[in-house]
Amino acid sequence: MTGTDLPALSIADLQLLLRRREVSPREVIDSLRARIEAVDSEIGAYLSLDTEAAAKEADKANVDLPLGGVPVAIKDIINVMGQPCTCASKALQGYRATYNATVIRKLRTAGAIPFGKTNLDEFAMGSSTENSAMKTTRNPWDLSRVPGGSSGGSAAAVAADAAFGALGSDTGGSVRQPAALSGVVGFKPTYGRVSRFGLVAFASSLDQIGPLTKTVRDSALIMNAIAGHDSQDTTALNEPVPDYAAKLGNDLRGVRLGLPKEYLIEGIDAQVKAAINAAVNQMNSLGAEIIEVSLPTTEYAIAVYYVLATAEASANLARFDGVRYGYRAKNPRDVLDLYGRTRGEGFGSEVKRRIILGTYVLSSGYYDAYYLRAQKVRELVRRDFARAFEKVDALISPTSPVPAFKLGERVADPLQMYLADIFTIAARPPIAQTVIHKSSAQ
Amino acid sequence: MAKTSDLDVAYVARLARINLTEAEAKVFQKQLHDVLQYVEKLRQADISHVEPAAHAFPNFNDFREDTPRDWFTAEQALSNAPRKANGLFIVPKVVE
Repeated sequence: MTGTDLPALSIADLQLLLRRREVSPREVIDSLRARIEAVDSEIGAYLSLDTEAAAKEADKANVDLPLGGVPVAIKDIINVMGQPCTCASKALQGYRATYNATVIRKLRTAGAIPFGKTNLDEFAMGSSTENSAMKTTRNPWDLSRVPGGSSGGSAAAVAADAAFGALGSDTGGSVRQPAALSGVVGFKPTYGRVSRFGLVAFASSLDQIGPLTKTVRDSALIMNAIAGHDSQDTTALNEPVPDYAAKLGNDLRGVRLGLPKEYLIEGIDAQVKAAINAAVNQMNSLGAEIIEVSLPTTEYAIAVYYVLATAEASANLARFDGVRYGYRAKNPRDVLDLYGRTRGEGFGSEVKRRIILGTYVLSSGYYDAYYLRAQKVRELVRRDFARAFEKVDALISPTSPVPAFKLGERVADPLQMYLADIFTIAARPPIAQTVIHKSSAQ
Repeated sequence: MAKTSDLDVAYVARLARINLTEAEAKVFQKQLHDVLQYVEKLRQADISHVEPAAHAFPNFNDFREDTPRDWFTAEQALSNAPRKANGLFIVPKVVE
């Protein structure tokens, strides 16, 4: 194995070489940096890369730890102390994190090396990474197409062998959808399973950090490292963490899988439909029983999501006011002028649209009609899933109704972009596994 | 549910402390009108006798010991400040 072949390995295969001392963590970092240098000018997955800090960590790495010496790319919305954390926003240009997110501390405890901050839709608001104020990220399979979003940089880096694995964050699909569009594995853990401490908040009742990897096993390895209770996040579940890798490789005998009838509707791309049918047949042949289930509130899911997520975002993003960190407008007349211009100039269009929508649905006279009603319909959606899981162990669904679309194709119509989140809004805890590799690339 | 035509983007933007250009306000007015029109479908759901769900796994009063721990220093807290002096954030005058 030469240095140039290393970045193509899965995490599990890389660890075999590391533990046999056939390669050193330093050689791994060097080969990965060379790969990034070779491909990232075209793909644009990374926003920043601190090679020196990573090399230092590599020299001290203990390869016998669960993720010893494995570099992991980090979505640039998760704080890594001393590194930039821009959220792909002008509002945080130049910001450097003053503390580590819990997931970073846990990755390091497991021996992993956080290496590189990846591009995203500004503050994780978007489905194509085109809302980044920093750069364009392209789909490695077809450079004219989007990688999906909002964790598009993480997905593209893994797909291009420019990362062994990566962390993303998922609120309404932001790990799973880019994983599907870029042909990698993406997993959104159950809400509360992974601490959100140090993840810049978008919609706190939905945000969750998850892995993007080349294989399901690699996602399990990262979950083993990052899952668990955290006294710094009151919503982190205080439940025992299973060994996510323990049952991999078993057949599916006795497993009941649900196929929601509302999910194979008109408007789904023929390639996506064919891929799902092929996956269903394969799982059936491995012993799984396929059962049709119904999720009647599917039709409300997107409306619920865009009320609740924007409401929470309008509160969470109030902190970007130009006082303690981030962008500040020049020569403010007074404090209101400081706030108004800082936020008007610092935020991009999608972020402003969502804050305004969220402010509206929480404002006096509209709270009951929008926010409270959406919270109640969310309970109906939750009950639908609870009912389905009485009958089945897991659900099968497409991740996105369409394969990767062209850059620029959807930016003009936010509603159409929102509607494409139909399958990722409510499902839990879902894993996006590409069923036909390169299905999006022509 | 209130009529979606009630949304006045310029007014709500002021509530949210975001200065918009006239062009932005005009585009957002149309786009958010479309989004709210879509959200109208929530009116069809029967929500009588339904308690609102805060999130998927209700989890209340998860307390920790109130003990001091190492955290970032005042200097680090100020390290990203757009303006600072004497260990303080500097803002425009707020009171007359």
